[in-house]
Amino acid sequence: LRKNVEDFTGPRERSDLGFVTFDITADILNGKNDLQTFRNKNTLIIFDWNVKQLFLYLSAEYSTKNNALNQVVLWDKIMLRGDNPRLSLKDMKSKYFFFDDGNGLKGNRNITLTLSWNVVPNAGILPLVTGSGHVSVPFPDTYETTKSY
Amino acid sequence: QLYYQVLNFGMIVSSALMIWKGLMVVTGSESPIVVVLSGSMEPAFHRGDLLFLTNRIEDPIRVGEIVVFRIEGREIPIVHRVLKIHEKQNGDIKFLTKGDNNAVDDRGLYKQGQHWLEKKDVVGRARGFVPYIGIVTILMNDYPKFKYAVLFLLGLFVLVHRE
Repeated sequence: LRKNVEDFTGPRERSDLGFVTFDITADILNGKNDLQTFRNKNTLIIFDWNVKQLFLYLSAEYSTKNNALNQVVLWDKIMLRGDNPRLSLKDMKSKYFFFDDGNGLKGNRNITLTLSWNVVPNAGILPLVTGSGHVSVPFPDTYETTKSY
Repeated sequence: QLYYQVLNFGMIVSSALMIWKGLMVVTGSESPIVVVLSGSMEPAFHRGDLLFLTNRIEDPIRVGEIVVFRIEGREIPIVHRVLKIHEKQNGDIKFLTKGDNNAVDDRGLYKQGQHWLEKKDVVGRARGFVPYIGIVTILMNDYPKFKYAVLFLLGLFVLVHRE
């Protein structure tokens, strides 16, 4: 997973708004025939017979003076059974506005971006799984009054 | 004979009640099983699907989770996903939700002036589900005649069975 911070604009309604552009390369395994190989590599078979779809989301987690824990979903996608399990998205913009509750994004050095997904079965338990690999992203100390996004 | 039948019926009703109340205690939710009423979470859930909830206080609310909540003053529970959370050191949390199939988040649904949901609005977290089964409840709600017919048949069945 590779991500870059682009710019960071001034407060609207007195809250910080952050902009992040990112690339996502993910390989969500599709287990059907190659059972043997997957077992040897000790990896998870995610799209098994009881999986209807995966709800993927990229979330940013960070802490600020106002709030000990903040989590914001920046982007999400529904991956249906049969869709290509390998994602290779480049230069994606966040789907949802990355507003903080307050002014905690300015100068915040440690925003962790993680990709997770909700497994939706045909029937049964609904687990939330976090992908391995996450990236830390810092925000700059100054605001930018900005143009286009 | 009639006395026996009445007792039997009473036993069935009270057992059902005990199981329901027991489920409420174990899951910590006032409504451990709910039926999905709208298409706002498609294609994951459709109208008529049954959801199993838990509402344990130790489980923190995190983004990506599917929560069932009530808006103050409204009876109907809504099933959507958590989009944003802001949690304070002491555990106070406020969060925003959105239906997977909706283009915008739920702020428009909340009460006038309300921007966030809090723990008290939550009925439970969806942990498991079974499709289609809840259609019966929706049918019974939309077509009262159907509900009476079902109850009547059930009553008849219990009585006849005891003969």
